[in-house]
Amino acid sequence: MAQYNLQINNRTYTVDAEPDTPLLWILRDNLGLVGTKYGCGIAQCGACTVHSNGNAVRSCVLPVSAAAKSKITTIEGLSEKGDHPVQQAWAEVDVPQCGYCQAGQIMSAAALLSKNPEPTTAQIETAMNGNICRCGTYHRIQEAIVLASSKIK
Amino acid sequence: MTIQKTNRRNFLKLAAAAGGGLWLGFNWSSTDATPIKIATNAEATSSALIDFNGYLSISPDGVITIFSPNPEVGQNIKTTFPMIVADELDADWAKVKVLQAPLDSTKFERQVTGGSGAIPHSWERLRKAGATARHMLVEAASKKLNASVSELTTDKSFVIHAGSGRKLSYGELASEAMNVPVPTEVKLKDRKDFKLIGKLIPNVDNHEMITGKPLYGLDFYREGMLFAMIQRPTAFGMKIKTADLTAIKAMPGIVDVVTFKNNVAIVGKSTWQVMKARKKLKVDYEPEGKLESTEDHNRIFKELLESKDAAVKRKDGDVDAAFSKAAKVITREYQCPFLPHNTMEPMNFFAHVREDGVELIGPTQTPDLARTETAKLLGIPPEKVTVNMTRLGGGFGRRLKADYATEAAELSSIIKAPVKVIWTREDDMMGGYYRPAVRYRFSAALDDKGNMIGYKLRGAGINAGNSTREDNFPAGAVDNLLIESIEHQSPITSCPWRAPITNFLAYAEQSFLDEVAGEAKQDPVQFRLNLLQKAKQSPVGAMKYDVDRMIGVTKLAAEKANWGKKNDVFQGFSVYFSHRSYVAQVAEVAMVQGKPVLKKIFAAADCGIVVNLSGSYQQVRGGIIDGLGHAMFGNLTFNAGAVQQNNFNNYRLIKFKEVPEIEVDFVDNGIDPTGLGEPALPPTGGAVANALFKATGKRIYEQPFIKQEGMGDVNISRNL
Ligand code: FES
Ligand code: FES
Repeated sequence: MAQYNLQINNRTYTVDAEPDTPLLWILRDNLGLVGTKYGCGIAQCGACTVHSNGNAVRSCVLPVSAAAKSKITTIEGLSEKGDHPVQQAWAEVDVPQCGYCQAGQIMSAAALLSKNPEPTTAQIETAMNGNICRCGTYHRIQEAIVLASSKIK
Repeated sequence: MTIQKTNRRNFLKLAAAAGGGLWLGFNWSSTDATPIKIATNAEATSSALIDFNGYLSISPDGVITIFSPNPEVGQNIKTTFPMIVADELDADWAKVKVLQAPLDSTKFERQVTGGSGAIPHSWERLRKAGATARHMLVEAASKKLNASVSELTTDKSFVIHAGSGRKLSYGELASEAMNVPVPTEVKLKDRKDFKLIGKLIPNVDNHEMITGKPLYGLDFYREGMLFAMIQRPTAFGMKIKTADLTAIKAMPGIVDVVTFKNNVAIVGKSTWQVMKARKKLKVDYEPEGKLESTEDHNRIFKELLESKDAAVKRKDGDVDAAFSKAAKVITREYQCPFLPHNTMEPMNFFAHVREDGVELIGPTQTPDLARTETAKLLGIPPEKVTVNMTRLGGGFGRRLKADYATEAAELSSIIKAPVKVIWTREDDMMGGYYRPAVRYRFSAALDDKGNMIGYKLRGAGINAGNSTREDNFPAGAVDNLLIESIEHQSPITSCPWRAPITNFLAYAEQSFLDEVAGEAKQDPVQFRLNLLQKAKQSPVGAMKYDVDRMIGVTKLAAEKANWGKKNDVFQGFSVYFSHRSYVAQVAEVAMVQGKPVLKKIFAAADCGIVVNLSGSYQQVRGGIIDGLGHAMFGNLTFNAGAVQQNNFNNYRLIKFKEVPEIEVDFVDNGIDPTGLGEPALPPTGGAVANALFKATGKRIYEQPFIKQEGMGDVNISRNL
């Protein structure tokens, strides 16, 4: 066990954990930030996507010891009122079905748009291909990203 | 305007909560019964409540609350049900609050998500509930405004008196409405007056979902709860020989390690500590039954297709005679593998077994089964078990099983503590209950004019039950027809998988009919229309489908896709009836640099009245993507009872880049609505296989498609 200070959603959390604990389980079990989801545990589905210094990363394979060095944003911290342009677009387009993958989808989309506010279709495909949606909401995800992009402009 | 007779027994005014307001209970299982007196408030809060179950309440501040009884897996029921009530009520949708009801089998009749059955079951009940409440509010307004009921209209939670320009809100009227007798008859709206039904209404849980609020079973947490994972046998047909638990008992965060049945449960204080300890677990297994491999199944299929023991599911006419006089006989076989459901949220359940009762909380499609199986297991009366449903991160049929809930209860009873059992993705994919593997043999007899005079189908399944749907098309359209089914019982467990049986049967049948149409030198769409005409003019035997509705979707899909009139793409057609709804599809494949690219799928659906247009688009597109992804890629294989795929690195699910453009049209016929969670899936595989055949000249007889000769290069893209 070691102690880590984590910068998450502009707050500092202190946790006691084993160094190899993935950030995903720190968020969910230690901090009660359960918006970040478990889907595969091996960086294959994107359900656990968070931002580390603004980049989309898979928190299921990011050890807490490494996460402690960066600024982390989770779905809970993406915006104060749930009104980030990507979240707005997601609601307007009515993207979710079961909804389980959607926090990860939104975090991937938000990271893409923060770097590239007007992505091409091919760039959207590349950025989103690692996020599986078992319900098959892919068309609306694309539609929502295009809408969010127009809101950011 | 439809007038609906309601008997009083079906509606009950409930005791108003503190602060007053209108509370109406309505009976989901309403049938004709003798009227009884309206319960007093005191009765309503006690035993008289028993028969009355849906709740609709309007509080004096205008908030309308509707309880949704059915598990929400993403089929959008939690939005759709309340919409129907709210439309008849003329409620301001923005002020409607929807709450998930817990399991209450004394109140709700069908708290199940499965079979696309919720909407047909509840459509009229929900409308009556809304219309009854509206009637009572209007009566109350009539008294208050001293105006006759006929002068009053309703809109957006207001009763309006156009003559005087006065209006009263439902909130203001709620307490008075409580004193109005429940009507015996209510008027239901004309379809043209629907304000919500048929519109694009967003999901009521959108805000919670997109802001990451705790909603799912895996998100549930209670102070003092323990976390557990269970090591189940690594192969079907194995049992525990020895288990060495001492090493991991001492690991950090581990509270207990116990064995029960063939399981080893590791119980700890956090998910990761349990996962880590589990890696050190040493268990030896030994066979207790057959250890089957995929090769065994391939051999077994051949035996079953030749066996004399198949059950005859349907026989019309003289099949032998038809085949012996046929000008041409076509026989083909189609096979599909087992498939895991892979709900995005893996299985999990919270259980707390106490002296005085059992509490179960988690994602289930059938809470009642979780209760009865848990009660049986623990030897207690079912009333002692409560079940609360979380939102489900997908179901697809897997959560129609209660194994993962009872397992949690069993563990809690052993360790005497509240515990949540969590399945890893590997546990989930390897832990059983799959879409059964099936092989079909179809034969068609054609006369010299190309008419199908005989038809035979034999389904051979591994734990598939009846692998045919004997009263579906083309039954009814062929004079001489034989449908048989036979199964092999295996230790590999199966269960319903979205559109059970038809998820593969439709592909096989629609591929076969396409090939038969080719042999008969007929256009595939026309060939089906001819058969349907025959079924209409001279139907043979029982038919579950409505011929005109099947013709309707067939024509609509062909028209929208401009069937047979395009030069730049190869089109494939498929049409299927399942779960009371009808869906036809046209798939379009282009050849790009010598390789086939699936670019677009048109779908025409007839589910009667479309309740929520937004959710309906989602169900059709989602069903198509599900059907496509699994037909193209899905493959679960076995070696000596052990599953050979265990996570998304070796089991392929369809991804963002791999979906074609999808265009959806609904038939507008005003018929009472039927379900849409499943019916769009079955036709997809056939439409795609038929289009790929036109593009490449190769027929596909097995899933997954990409494993078949010449299909490894198939690309799917809406953007290429
Ligand atoms: S849970 Fe991290 S990528 Fe799947
Ligand atoms: S919405 Fe269900 S997995 Fe994406």
